[in-house]
Amino acid sequence: MKLNRRHFLSATGAGVATLAMPSLGLGQAKPKVVVIGGGAGGATAARYIAKDSKGKIAVTLIEASKRYYTCFFSNLYLGGFRDYASIGHGYDTLAADHGVNVVHDWATGIDAGAKKIMLASGASVSYDRLVLSPGIDMKYDSVPGYSAEAQGRMPHAWKSGTQVQQLRSQVENMREGGTFVMVPPPNPFRCPPGPYERISMIAHILKQKNPSAKIIVVDPKPKFSKQALFQEGWEAHYPDMIEWLGPDIHGGIKNVNPDTMEIETDLETFKADAASVVPAQKAGSIAMAAGVTDGDWAPIVPASMQAKGDPNIYVLGDASIAAAMPKSGFSANSQAKVAANAIRGELTGSKVFPARFSNTCWSLIATDDGVKVGANYGAGSEKIEVVDKFISKTGEDEAVRKATYEESEGWYKGITTDMFG
Amino acid sequence: MEKVRARSTDQMRPLEKTGPRPIHKFLSFLVFLAGGIGLPAPMVLAEDAAGAHDLFKKCAVCHEIGTNARNKVGPHLNGLDGRTAGTVDRYKYSRAVKKAGGGGLRWNAETLTEYLRKPRAFLKGTRMSFAGMKDPDQLAELVAWLIGFSADGKAGSMANSDKTELLGASASALEGDPEYGEYIAGECVTCHQISGKEDGIPSITGWPKENFIHALVEYKNKLRANPVMQTVTSRLGDEEMAALAAYFATLKHK
Ligand SMILES: Cc1cc2nc3c(=O)[nH]c(=O)nc-3n(C[C@H](O)[C@H](O)[C@H](O)COP(=O)(O)OP(=O)(O)OC[C@H]3O[C@@H](n4cnc5c(N)ncnc54)[C@H](O)[C@@H]3O)c2cc1C
Repeated sequence: MKLNRRHFLSATGAGVATLAMPSLGLGQAKPKVVVIGGGAGGATAARYIAKDSKGKIAVTLIEASKRYYTCFFSNLYLGGFRDYASIGHGYDTLAADHGVNVVHDWATGIDAGAKKIMLASGASVSYDRLVLSPGIDMKYDSVPGYSAEAQGRMPHAWKSGTQVQQLRSQVENMREGGTFVMVPPPNPFRCPPGPYERISMIAHILKQKNPSAKIIVVDPKPKFSKQALFQEGWEAHYPDMIEWLGPDIHGGIKNVNPDTMEIETDLETFKADAASVVPAQKAGSIAMAAGVTDGDWAPIVPASMQAKGDPNIYVLGDASIAAAMPKSGFSANSQAKVAANAIRGELTGSKVFPARFSNTCWSLIATDDGVKVGANYGAGSEKIEVVDKFISKTGEDEAVRKATYEESEGWYKGITTDMFG
Repeated sequence: MEKVRARSTDQMRPLEKTGPRPIHKFLSFLVFLAGGIGLPAPMVLAEDAAGAHDLFKKCAVCHEIGTNARNKVGPHLNGLDGRTAGTVDRYKYSRAVKKAGGGGLRWNAETLTEYLRKPRAFLKGTRMSFAGMKDPDQLAELVAWLIGFSADGKAGSMANSDKTELLGASASALEGDPEYGEYIAGECVTCHQISGKEDGIPSITGWPKENFIHALVEYKNKLRANPVMQTVTSRLGDEEMAALAAYFATLKHK
């Protein structure tokens, strides 16, 4: 016999309190999980909750864009190793195969008390549990002279999309022997090796099209991820093309001027023919609106990725403070599975297993010269902590590097399949 | 040649997988041989190794073995004993060999003997262009010599299959919880596609449990090279390995 709601009410009566779904009011057919942000963290969370709850949880995904262009491998597009279409992904399979209700809209606010989300379209959506994976927003004024308006001339291209395409054409249209200036962001930021992979890929393009061009890196940090590996690779593949300046050399970034394309430091003023300026970052604005941030980012409970301030909200990916874990797509995907397991447990009584996280970041330095760094992590009582880690070695032979690059291609296919189905 | 033949026959017997042996059967037999014919052991060793080494010349056109052996036209042959077919790091195998490995083929004295007797008959679709070795004595001699090489290229060491069999035995003995396995598999499927498709990362879908555990144990003990896998496996206990193996064994290629 199929129970309709009236049957259900009379059959259970006062017994409701013993249900394994404590948060459920009788008015709801199924517990509702809403995910905001369909990127590395959010798409994975939506997929895993829907897939593993086998219809017991109604999952809604709110994502502004119809197509998600990955930041990962956007550098490979800059280097000419990928075409732009190959890094774009849609949400059809999430809806068709897993029954995720995909809503393309912008979440403007959250009423955490009423467990309600406001959307730009004017509609609102209620939730039992909310997953936030909105990625990052830029702190434009962290670089003096930089602004949202300056993005066109000095693209950060740190959120994929059209800026990445703009940047590529700006690099390709540099005058012969011109100068490209890169200003990487200060810590903590999305994808620690990302700026240096970008430099490598731009060098790769310039070496072919404009070999007398120069690249100057004006870094606010004294050191960076996989530094020895990148610098060894730059020496080998692009001798005399790349000059990396740390703060003890340039003395501090005083101003960037998108009109004159000048980057002014204590040491000197660099005149750029093309430039990429990546400012400091913070959690996507919806995390701020939800009231779960402390400063720029959202603190979480390591065992579940629950927001420290609100047990009904989970924060994944770049927006969260995941301590030892870098802000990467791999990390966000890994965190999503821990959260999905915890949320399912809460709402349906399924088994909850101890949190385990992992990450590997591959970077391409030149054709067939891939390197990687990675670790796995567990939940400490206060923080996510490293269990074991590794990094590629300098001086590795070519076959190893080529295999590492091929492995990264496999990973790209793997993670995007794991996110979008 | 008489003596060699006698030893070879001994080698043809399937290896018993009961536990570690202090030295490789091959070596102990040589010692026995040496004693039997009243020659100092080193001479026989040298002579015999030279025999196998001579036979290996046929293989050496494409394969390397020993310290610092690298992949050439064919994969390097260190640590062959107990290794799942198609799993040498950074070697591009034919689909046939990969598939056989995925289906559970592991190299040991028996399977290698069968394979090298008539490669294309044993493994249809292999790219190895070797017609086969007819002489059973030579074949046995070569196989014994090949499987004597450890993963780090030392000749005549204890068989790897014995070591990892022992290491993996406790996990293999457990009944894995596929639900737990599915959860931990979250760590695997960021790279290994659950459908079994391969795009630069091998498939781990539908492997027999024992092979699955065996591969994990080899990574954990750094008998296989990939640092990502060494890190992933570093914190897998018996329960986790058994759970993963139980889960992946239930999956089918799509
Ligand atoms: C150049 C570069 C290279 C990189 N390379 C790698 C790499 O090789 N490997 C790796 O693992 N990581 C890499 N990364 C990092 C990776 O892209 C991010 O860490 C990852 O995307 C973070 O996932 P997320 O879910 O937190 O955010 P995102 O993937 O950015 O997803 C956020 C989504 O939320 C949506 N959104 C935000 N706010 C709202 C709202 N209010 N309403 C509706 N929708 C909203 C956005 O449209 C977006 O689609 C790289 C990054 C860059 C910039």
